[in-house]
Amino acid sequence: MTRQTVLESGLPTGAVGVARPRLEGRAKVTGAARYAADEPMRDLAHGWIVLSTVSRGRIRDIDAAAVLGMPGVLGVLDHRNAPRLNPEAGHFFGPDGGLQLLQNDVIPHAGRPVALVVAETPEQARAAAEALPVTYDEQPHDTDFSAGHPAARPAMALFDGPVDVGDVDVELAASAAVVDQRYRTPEEHCSAMEPHSATAWWEGERLQAVDTNQGPFFVAGVLATLFSLKFEQVRIRCEHLGGGFGSKGLCGPQLVLAVMATTLLGRPVRVTLTRDQVFLATAMRPVIEQRVRIGAGADGRLRAIHHEPTFALSPLAEYIEGCTELTKTLYAARAIRTRPTVVPLDILPPYSMRGPGAAPGSFALESAVDELAERLGIDPLELRLRNEPTAGPVSGLPFSNRNLVGCLRAGARRFGWAARDHRPRMRREGHLLTGTGLAATSFSTGAFPSSASITAETDGTFTVCIGAADIGTGARTALTAVAADALEVGTDRIMIRIADSDLGPAWPAGGSRGTTSWSWAITEAASRLRDQLPDPARPVTATADTTQLLGELPSRERHAFSAVFAEVTVDPATGEVRVRRLLGMFAIGRVINPLTARSQLVGGMIGGLSMALHEEGIRDRNSGRHVNADFAGYHIAAHADVPDVEADFVPDHEPGIPVGVKGAGEIGNVGTAAAIANAVWHATGRRQRTLPIRLDRVLED
Amino acid sequence: MTDRTHSDISLRVNDATHRLSVDNRTTLLDALREGVGHTGPKKGCDHGQCGACTVLTDGRRVVSCLTLAVAAEGAEITTVEGLAGDGELLAIQEAFIRLDGFQCGYCTSGQLCSAVGMLAEHEAGWPSAVTADVSPDRPAPELDATEVRERMSGNLCRCGAYPSIVRAVLESAAREEVAR
Repeated sequence: MTRQTVLESGLPTGAVGVARPRLEGRAKVTGAARYAADEPMRDLAHGWIVLSTVSRGRIRDIDAAAVLGMPGVLGVLDHRNAPRLNPEAGHFFGPDGGLQLLQNDVIPHAGRPVALVVAETPEQARAAAEALPVTYDEQPHDTDFSAGHPAARPAMALFDGPVDVGDVDVELAASAAVVDQRYRTPEEHCSAMEPHSATAWWEGERLQAVDTNQGPFFVAGVLATLFSLKFEQVRIRCEHLGGGFGSKGLCGPQLVLAVMATTLLGRPVRVTLTRDQVFLATAMRPVIEQRVRIGAGADGRLRAIHHEPTFALSPLAEYIEGCTELTKTLYAARAIRTRPTVVPLDILPPYSMRGPGAAPGSFALESAVDELAERLGIDPLELRLRNEPTAGPVSGLPFSNRNLVGCLRAGARRFGWAARDHRPRMRREGHLLTGTGLAATSFSTGAFPSSASITAETDGTFTVCIGAADIGTGARTALTAVAADALEVGTDRIMIRIADSDLGPAWPAGGSRGTTSWSWAITEAASRLRDQLPDPARPVTATADTTQLLGELPSRERHAFSAVFAEVTVDPATGEVRVRRLLGMFAIGRVINPLTARSQLVGGMIGGLSMALHEEGIRDRNSGRHVNADFAGYHIAAHADVPDVEADFVPDHEPGIPVGVKGAGEIGNVGTAAAIANAVWHATGRRQRTLPIRLDRVLED
Repeated sequence: MTDRTHSDISLRVNDATHRLSVDNRTTLLDALREGVGHTGPKKGCDHGQCGACTVLTDGRRVVSCLTLAVAAEGAEITTVEGLAGDGELLAIQEAFIRLDGFQCGYCTSGQLCSAVGMLAEHEAGWPSAVTADVSPDRPAPELDATEVRERMSGNLCRCGAYPSIVRAVLESAAREEVAR
């Protein structure tokens, strides 16, 4: 038994809270860790996807006969011979037309898969796919986003629906200072380093797949519906994932097409996307324009926040980019009004990217708050502290545990904020201008139903099974610690199995709710197992499903919080912005593994830096196509762009949730772009309301 | 089989010889992954833009996705699988684990091979774009974080493990120096 102590919060501690290297660390530094495209497979055939080159229209013809005689070619799948799919299949927002591949001749967007060529080798499949003649009857397309687009309509209100508390117009009229601005963010791509890959085959009546996805149980359910199979007929595994950041939250085109091909050809088929296909055919964050009106009295107390985000989507699937979450969370204001609007365009259906909604939403809100501080002549830190709410600003619900002030104060101390001269453009180092900025953030937290089973083995070890996925978070290592503490044994006695849809229902690695949801299930299963032990008849297994327990959780405003501080240098002659310092202080509940959690938060902040300065999906207006679908054209932060980023924790825990965790996946991304944009203003005196903060947007005459 | 489209080649990989019949279009990366069975090198972009496929040929780092397999004959190729001789990890591999120099691990093979090659380049006195003095008689540039960041910028990491990677590289370089 490990020695247990009890925290002030009443939670026991043992393995949880201790920094530990990843369990799969050795496998990952020796090349032994197998990702989806690495699995050896006998008799494997290779599929190569052909994407639509037009943005809207119909397929006139696909001349499969022209390539069927090419070396090694086994078949061509298109809308004429592909298996029929169930149109009811969908993801979180209802039926998803993005899943309905090769079902008809309609082209809804550029980059839509129109065919799959299967051959003996990847080279043969690629050669034939590139030679496949596809002709189109092109129709006029519309990929031109604007907030005032005539097709604009309210976003679906599954969450982040419109709110209207108090009288925004009256409060704005009574404000001593008002900021009314528009903030723009471009299409952004998740860009996980591992391209999507699936290998599918049939074993009797059972469909097997090794796939890159963030939730094998969830994706197995989607796939079963899509192919009209019983859930028990589908098994999906994803042992190691090369990142996801949202883009692997869905049942991807690689999996749908690999299943079609193996079904028709009767042998295992692997479909791996190329990098440009990842850009063109897997979900991105949509382009967004946000209008923010915010007003305060001379005392700095907010009177009104009016936040209207408008984002693009596809008619194929609903989606919510929940930009106004922070607007309803961070600050007390007499009046708050939000109205999310969507513009359907001829584009790939957008979907969640790391920090969904909150990352772009916080860029708008926290830039506007900074502008308000400037107008009022108040320290931006002080302005935020003055508007700390006592309850949910819109919901009126109490906060479960709110530690934003702790983050702001600890961060300010460490960053040296007190010495800041708040006037812009006052600091020069040679030819460089320097400045600092901050942003406050939150990200909603909670748990979703999951199940876990734990077996007490005859040799004294415990096998923990949960359908979790490790997208780079260190889920195995964290969950091993959770299980060890819950069973009151050392981590060396825990054997963990994840990433397999056969392990039972489990929430995907997404929404910053993976670890929370899985830890809960493991804690509950451990509790049931301990009720049975000591049982003479080992092995003995206990299973738990948290669905009912979650319903008993009292209604609260539950959020993680953080404060991000940035220092930049700006070269006014070239427009180059460089981030010199980046600090985040985080209240993310109890920290299971400080080593891996810190990595996750630092990585999130680097994603935010990349969003602030680099990332921009660009479409050609005439063709509607992406013109920068590779890492040369779509730059993500590289080594040389990134300083020694610092992330640390303030003491925190989430009441009512076992282990007290809040989730660390998204919040690192949130707030960083605003902190950097605010620092660029402080350096130059010019506001940056459009991301990325490109050279030409900074360059001075 | 050797015809117009295929060649029989032998590749020296991690001190072992592998005889392969490859499509002439086959990249070194695909030959390693599909032919030799070393899936440590990763295909992140297949364009030489991400560095995940980096291996060492005769001790120098190359992106194996832009190298044809037929052109790699005769070279001593080292992949991430071959960095640790006899199962004992290199100091840099050990530092990656201890300092958490990765998250998802997909770019790690390339980061490690690139770091090993980069340290050798630095050791040989090669300057980088951020080296202040590039005159022929200069002293060897000091290896600091700025030098490491510049020299490693061909290896992208979307998880954002850069600060830990730089720490791991600097720490292992310092250890090697002490060991010498």
